[in-house]
Amino acid sequence: MNSASAELMSVTDAIPVKKAFNSEYVLEVRDVRKEFPGVVALDNVSLRIRPGTVHALMGENGAGKSTLMKIIAGIYQPDRGEVRLRGEKVWLPTPLAAQEAGIAMIHQELLLMNPMTVAENIWIRREPKNRFGLVDHVAMNRMTQELFDRLNIDLDPESEISELSVANRQMVEIAKAVSFNSDVLIMDEPTSAITEKEVEHLFQIIRDLRARGIGIVYITHKMNELFEIADEFSVFRDGQYIATCASSDVTRDDIIRMMVGRDITQMFPKEEVELGDVVLSVKNLTRDGVFRDVSFDVRAGEILGFAGLVGSGRSDVAEALFGVKPADSGTINVFGQDVKITNPHQAIKLGMAFLTEDRKETGCFLPLDIQENIQAAVLHDQYVDGAGFVAENVLEDRSIEICQRLRVKTPNMHERIENLSGGNQQKVLIGRWLLTNPKILILDEPTRGIDVGAKAEIHSLITQLAHEGVAVIMISSEMPEVLGMSDRVLVMHEGHVTGIVDRSEADQVTIMDLAAR
Amino acid sequence: MTMSTTGDRVEFTERKALTKTRKKMPPELSILLVLLGISVFFEVLGWMLVGQSFLANMSRLQIIILQVSVIGIIAVGVTQVIITGGIDLSSGSVVAMSAMIAATFAQNSEWPKLIHPGLTDLPFIVPLLVGVGIGALAGFINGWLITKTKIPPFIATLGMMVSARGIARWYTDGSPVSGFTEGFAMLGNGLDRWMPVVIFLAVAAFFHVVMRYTRFGKFTYAIGANPQAARVSGINIDAHLIKVYTIAGLLAGLAAMVAIARIKTAQAGMGMMYELDAIAAAVIGGVSLSGGRGRITGTVIGALILGVMLSGFTFLRIDAYYQDIIKGGIIVVAVVVDQHRQNKRKKS
Repeated sequence: MNSASAELMSVTDAIPVKKAFNSEYVLEVRDVRKEFPGVVALDNVSLRIRPGTVHALMGENGAGKSTLMKIIAGIYQPDRGEVRLRGEKVWLPTPLAAQEAGIAMIHQELLLMNPMTVAENIWIRREPKNRFGLVDHVAMNRMTQELFDRLNIDLDPESEISELSVANRQMVEIAKAVSFNSDVLIMDEPTSAITEKEVEHLFQIIRDLRARGIGIVYITHKMNELFEIADEFSVFRDGQYIATCASSDVTRDDIIRMMVGRDITQMFPKEEVELGDVVLSVKNLTRDGVFRDVSFDVRAGEILGFAGLVGSGRSDVAEALFGVKPADSGTINVFGQDVKITNPHQAIKLGMAFLTEDRKETGCFLPLDIQENIQAAVLHDQYVDGAGFVAENVLEDRSIEICQRLRVKTPNMHERIENLSGGNQQKVLIGRWLLTNPKILILDEPTRGIDVGAKAEIHSLITQLAHEGVAVIMISSEMPEVLGMSDRVLVMHEGHVTGIVDRSEADQVTIMDLAAR
Repeated sequence: MTMSTTGDRVEFTERKALTKTRKKMPPELSILLVLLGISVFFEVLGWMLVGQSFLANMSRLQIIILQVSVIGIIAVGVTQVIITGGIDLSSGSVVAMSAMIAATFAQNSEWPKLIHPGLTDLPFIVPLLVGVGIGALAGFINGWLITKTKIPPFIATLGMMVSARGIARWYTDGSPVSGFTEGFAMLGNGLDRWMPVVIFLAVAAFFHVVMRYTRFGKFTYAIGANPQAARVSGINIDAHLIKVYTIAGLLAGLAAMVAIARIKTAQAGMGMMYELDAIAAAVIGGVSLSGGRGRITGTVIGALILGVMLSGFTFLRIDAYYQDIIKGGIIVVAVVVDQHRQNKRKKS
């Protein structure tokens, strides 16, 4: 990595250092207010970004960070207040206007066109033309290759986006944003879908851009990233601006207090739980070309963490266990009985539950309401009578209980799930599986992209479930989460299990070593 | 809301209790208002231009609702298909195919018979089952193609649309079939001529209950809302989709029986563009083409809006060409209004 970064520094010399302008700040937001029907999303918010700094925005989901970023990126227009760029007031009616003014944004949801190539995605609307006015693909691919060389990204400019992993798509987004050569670069949770190794790579790129005088706005929920990469940060809460500080001046606890307006003493409320019998035993599970000879046991009350890089096969093992994409060979033993699981329905009947990795893609029924989302996995059994009628009244009571237990913020059960924040959506999806009374709970990235408050609640819920004797498999790319929550950590690398480490011996170094060997 | 940390578990005091609530105002209300608005519009224009009432005319209202019934029965099936996120372009041709084949079993003894010369006066249930069965078979094939070969519903049902029309023409070599038994004719003219309406309303009510209150309906919505999430939730998507397409075909077959019993003849060219009218009824009624949203009641009102418009234009003696031009515009406006409403809801 080090030699690579040295190389990185030398090639990027080609990018000109940003020209001077008559202001201390490259970007300034003054007294902005933004209302949506029924809600004030931002009230009197200000933000100042110095050139050549990384400025983190912190706050729980719903604090107003994303709305503020969308105003800066020209997606929303403020009701009041102004945006100043390089000391001059600008009006940004469209994302295009913002781009042309020198503001680039990397969105949290990847906004790439899947059937098109990497190069086409990066240069869309700016395609190099040949003398007939047609798109010059050779030049376009060359420009992409140069960009990738500069950023030390190893991807083929001609591959289709749909062939790439989520992490690689994220790198394409980053390269695209960099290619605009902007003065301000906004990154909305760029690390939520990538692993530690790629995060390190991203940070190299960020440090380099910072050295070129670019002002970087960095939204994150991850505290350790803040201390590693950010120079300054601003905190928001409930649409209000709270404070701006240098990250060297504060502690983690200070920031959490500013964000939530209260103390959260226990981030990982792990409790020692008396372990029961082995409930799930997997031997030599193999899916050709994806993972091989995966073996492990989980006991009742145990939390087994799954660590490893994205693409190491962790999620694939979970999908095989749950019958989403069944394994080719190997045995699965549930409560002492060998079972064959070829579809999710069988897995549910065996007492298994699976919270999938991607909330939007494989989790939420976005057009449906909360109750309909919660009851989706129990329509096979006791809540349906012989004629097929659903006991909606009973299910509404059960949904209310679950929403209260999980503290879902909603007026009632008939709110559409698409109107909830990410953290609340995640709680509803967890609720869906709680309603099935699972004995074996598989959680794939249970706290990805949700705020600290909701995160702590989900962690304490997982602990409670373990207490109640549920066997939990928790896949996570967040090292503190894996280390903080797990009894044992199973580490995967390129489809193989490279080790199962006990809680007492697990630390960041051991696990990274097994994951990246 | 305040929070305190007691021991190691995060606890919350002063929790606002979640209470049971009735679902919000049904979205059909706005479509119903549109229906009323259009009716009043024709009423006013009627007095101004033609000098008579549009609504206070029992036989006109009966014709409107009779005409709506056939499209309406089809639209109930098509609505379910659209809610799964699919589309069915084959309904009109399936109507013709079911009609032609079933009609040859419905003829009375005095009529010269092309296909089954020996048959005499079968009870009405035989042609009815044949027609409904042919429709269901066509729907089953649609569903099977879509789920097993993974071709898009648009293509699978487009193929069925062309083939079924071909079968309808080939079956009697293009000649129409008439001369039905009295029993069969009752399907179109019984209960003092209201039979099609009774069948339509019974079908609509039945599937309204199915869609709202049964597991079958919940699965349909779930698959349309997010097929991948539905699969992870343990729903057998392929089996369910085959059922939904089969129902859509079955209802097209039923609509065909009602139609030929009413007009007393079956022709290979019948049912042209019925699929588009059915889709239009659903879309005007608020069913989302992206799946997961919409209700049978909306579709029923949507079909009525189409029927009232058609009758209204004729009543005002507007040329048929203009009728189609205006109808097309109204379908587009309905979708634009619906999307606008949804965007607004998303932002708030």
